[in-house]
Amino acid sequence: MAIVVERKSPTLLERTYLPQIVSGLFITFKNIFKPRVTLQYPDQPPVLPKGYRGAPTLVRDSEGREKCVSCQLCEFVCPSKAIRVTPGEISPDSPYAYIEKAPKEFKIDMSRCIFCGMCEEACPEKAIVLQNEFSINAATRAGLVRNKQALYAAGGVMPDRIKKWKKVKDNSEFGRKH
Amino acid sequence: MDAFILNFSNFAILADAAEVAPACPTACEFALNILLKVVFSLVCVVVVMSFAGLSVVAERKVCAYIQGRYGPNRTAIPIVVAIPILGNFLKKNGLMQLVADGLKFLLKEDPLPAHVNKFWYMIAPVMALSPVLIAACVIPFGVYWTDGGVMAPLAVANFDVSLLFALAIGALGVYGAIMAGWSSNSKFPYMGGMRASAQVISYELAMGLSVLSVVLMVGTNANVDSPLSMFEIGKAQSGLWFCITQPVAALIFLIALFAETNRLPFDMAESETDLVSGFHTEYGSFKFGLFFVGEYGHMVVGSSLFITLFLGAWNPFPGFVWPESWGWISSALSLLTFLVKIAAMLFFFIWVRWTLPRFRYDQVMRIGWKAMVPLALLNFVAYLVFVSI
Repeated sequence: MAIVVERKSPTLLERTYLPQIVSGLFITFKNIFKPRVTLQYPDQPPVLPKGYRGAPTLVRDSEGREKCVSCQLCEFVCPSKAIRVTPGEISPDSPYAYIEKAPKEFKIDMSRCIFCGMCEEACPEKAIVLQNEFSINAATRAGLVRNKQALYAAGGVMPDRIKKWKKVKDNSEFGRKH
Repeated sequence: MDAFILNFSNFAILADAAEVAPACPTACEFALNILLKVVFSLVCVVVVMSFAGLSVVAERKVCAYIQGRYGPNRTAIPIVVAIPILGNFLKKNGLMQLVADGLKFLLKEDPLPAHVNKFWYMIAPVMALSPVLIAACVIPFGVYWTDGGVMAPLAVANFDVSLLFALAIGALGVYGAIMAGWSSNSKFPYMGGMRASAQVISYELAMGLSVLSVVLMVGTNANVDSPLSMFEIGKAQSGLWFCITQPVAALIFLIALFAETNRLPFDMAESETDLVSGFHTEYGSFKFGLFFVGEYGHMVVGSSLFITLFLGAWNPFPGFVWPESWGWISSALSLLTFLVKIAAMLFFFIWVRWTLPRFRYDQVMRIGWKAMVPLALLNFVAYLVFVSI
């Protein structure tokens, strides 16, 4: 049901417009003494919210193993085609030999990356993670392409709660079925 | 008619010069007079211009504070910023931004659009700024006492009709906007110029009428021979100020002043929201800078007019004057009082600008003709009746 809002015609004092101006002036004057909301950026670092999507990085698990198994799902899903993965074999005498693959080279072009986080969502190993770095700059375009070494250096360690690979390793060592 | 003949013997500087060089021959004295006049004018120009420049910074800072920001606080001049405390102070308060802004106006390319009327286009910025500086020469910034104990104003020129002079020359400032609007030969500047002229015509009336009642009030005093002199008006406010005795006239003058100086809420000539940038849309570089400084200079002169007319001129409080017995300290204090009042008025201008939205053009006209003019007339007639009773 429609509600009829009665519009009062303004009083003479209101029609002079002056009391409103004065009250408005008081509001703005009070604002002068309120704390500033501007972030003084280069001096003050911003407080980043949880789940912030900064630069994508590659991470290792708590044993120092690189999590990436070079399945190339991130490369496939990347909408801006910023990721290039070159898959490589793991040598048979490595302790992680049964994982089959690890990236030989992993490149992310930061000038193409749009920080959408789809690579992170697609990754079955949680190996690629968007972290807090937001000020990405270089003197050249080539300098913005990060290789595997740089990506791991930026990524650091992100421990797994469930160590899939360890379970597989133990099972195979003790001759159990998966 | 006597009041309209310039009383040259009142010229403060002439009196001064006569004291400085009594033994000089006439030609030498004349040259000294001219020189002193030039120096005084330059000082006056410097005062007005520096206030205009500082009010640009104040505008940015105050608007920033009102909006919860910091305003300009990063611009730094390499060597100056290294000075221990002063450098940081200047940087934090955006005073180096002032230099940067000025340099920017100077160093940008100065374009001359092909479609403009060249002569008027070039002369318009000069017309916007020069009336301001001319009008500033009659403002009594303070007082001093001659050896005979006669009070005299600290003004470049003090004559009997200085108020009329200031109002007339000050109103000429709008010619800059009109010329710019017309000569730019493009739609938006043209509309801005038209609005500026219409606005000045409508508000000049109310302004003049509100001044009349003050002049009348000064004139009814028996021992004042030239009530149109700004010095006499200032002197008449040694007791109650005219903003207390004439509140309606003060209010009308203040509102008309906002319209005259093209400040928000009467920012018709420049209204960025509908006219791009109004009358100076086609201007760039230093020509725009002249308009910009002219606008703020207009504010300075306008507020000193308001101070002289209604806010007690150089007197610090209603009912208190700087005593003659303090000598030069007193005159320095009177000058300081006036400058502080100008600063306060400039703050008020800025404060209002960042509080109120702009009026629509038809609203401006309606307020001008249907509210301000009748009210000013009524106030004047009421005061006439009051005086005659």
